[in-house]
Amino acid sequence: MQMDEMRLDGNAAAGQLRELFAMDVTAAMATCGACGTRRPVGSLLEYGQAMGVILCCPACDAVMLRIVRTPASMHVDGSGMAMLVIQV
Amino acid sequence: MTIHARWMVAQIVLPDEKSDGRVLSGKLHPRGVNVTMADEPFIARGFHSRRQTAPASRLPPGQYETRDFPVLSAGPTPQTSLAEWDFRIEGLDGKSMRWSWTDILALPHETPTVDIHCVTKWSKFDTKWEGVSVDLLLDAARDAGVAEQPFIMAFSDGGYTTNLPRGDLTGGKAWIVFLYDDALLAPEHGGPVRLLVPHLYFWKSAKWLRGLRMMERDDPGFWEQLGYHDRGDPWREQRYQGDP
Amino acid sequence: MKWTVASVVEVRDETLRAKTLVLDVPDWPGHRAGQHVDVRLVAEDGYQAQRSYSIASPPESRQLELTVERIDDGEVSPYLCDVLHVGDGLEVRGPIGGYFVWDVRDAGPVLLVAGGSGIVPLMAMMRHRARADANLRALSEMSLLYSTRTLGDLFYLKEIERLVEEQHVRAAFTLTREKGDDRRGYHRRIDKAMLTDVGWPPSHMPRSYVCGPTPLVESVARTLVELGHDPSRVLTERFGPTG
Repeated sequence: MQMDEMRLDGNAAAGQLRELFAMDVTAAMATCGACGTRRPVGSLLEYGQAMGVILCCPACDAVMLRIVRTPASMHVDGSGMAMLVIQV
Repeated sequence: MTIHARWMVAQIVLPDEKSDGRVLSGKLHPRGVNVTMADEPFIARGFHSRRQTAPASRLPPGQYETRDFPVLSAGPTPQTSLAEWDFRIEGLDGKSMRWSWTDILALPHETPTVDIHCVTKWSKFDTKWEGVSVDLLLDAARDAGVAEQPFIMAFSDGGYTTNLPRGDLTGGKAWIVFLYDDALLAPEHGGPVRLLVPHLYFWKSAKWLRGLRMMERDDPGFWEQLGYHDRGDPWREQRYQGDP
Repeated sequence: MKWTVASVVEVRDETLRAKTLVLDVPDWPGHRAGQHVDVRLVAEDGYQAQRSYSIASPPESRQLELTVERIDDGEVSPYLCDVLHVGDGLEVRGPIGGYFVWDVRDAGPVLLVAGGSGIVPLMAMMRHRARADANLRALSEMSLLYSTRTLGDLFYLKEIERLVEEQHVRAAFTLTREKGDDRRGYHRRIDKAMLTDVGWPPSHMPRSYVCGPTPLVESVARTLVELGHDPSRVLTERFGPTG
């Protein structure tokens, strides 16, 4: 467990997610495509640090969402997220 | 109102607004004024990067030297016991060659001391490692009948992958390493074994390495799928896809 | 959400290593307790560094307050603590966050658990509740458990003690690197017994907000769930290794 003290959570990705979704999604409920666990985005585990946003399922560690910002574009891979439900 | 979003596509590439990030050197914005047009960054008074002075020839373009060893990951730290661990070189036709931990330790070791460069802009000089040359392993696999291919995917515990041209792993340019700074490689730095390819950006030096898989095509690995460069030469600043 | 240049109107010492920056942010849209801002520093040569800082001030406050702890080999915090002064501009973006937030209209007991600088967003929540009128305050009860290494590391100690005196919050402290009598509180890592003493039983359905270094946050969240609390009522914000 000590080795993963670097890990953060979806709160740390909130600013970048807001650039993508044009609204805050940390309270949105995300369903893991691998195990079906449903959790708020803010509670997903965040890895990636300066290279990009990697959000993982807290139950099974599957990668749910990946975002990389290059100078010219934003690459978003949400294939690990089966559903995202946002209250507006 | 509730928005239900179901991911129908694996990737979306959004063109960014053109922002060349020009810095208006020598011109400080008046304090406390609500400015910020899109391409006029506010210069923070008295802020400099922590970079040390390093001979220009040693730092690739856009890099800064660090004395730390920052930890970057793409997922949780895998826990694989050395008894279960193995290293494989896999060919296209199902042929493969396998080494156990003790097999690897029994091979001739080298102790490269190299500079490493992370695409997030830090560089660290004179890092000391110990491991086995990838040439040795690839040669052994070839001799055992694993046909060579032009590209290789390094793969790791936890699912991380990174693609490389075969030529970037041969000719004394790459090792699989298990000691850093004369101590066993710590899990947060990729232990028990990581790939070391110091002439390329450090995301190519896959942590928690389990093997190399031959590929006919340059299929993108974990970060390359998201826009990072297929090769990653820091001296040509090949950070992202499309960088020449 | 765009970057805005805020004006530094005050810099206040909190502890030997931490300062509070009071900012005037033009066109600030308001915020919720628990949210954060991004701070960006750009050097003349174009070098950039960006960090997130939790907002310490309550929504009722006209000015924005951030409490920053100086990390010795950090890149941004030494600048904010040692170089920035009154009159300077500071680029901020926000407010950000919608999960780790609390509003005084949210009824029910609230357990706040802080490790180190994790106290900052929770302080915004305590200040927000203290500013509300009695009718709204009656909807909730608040209890704080605050863990630091030493007494000198505690942020806002006098203010928290005042809030306790005025009965806005119950507070307990645990100092993990100091031995001593338990007059002022605990002297060990947060555990089941401490959380049981300081919090409410699961039957009361409290909401828990846990913030600080990742190992503390994960340990406390796990312990609360082991004690029988509903995981969906245990909200977490990890600050990384040192918090």
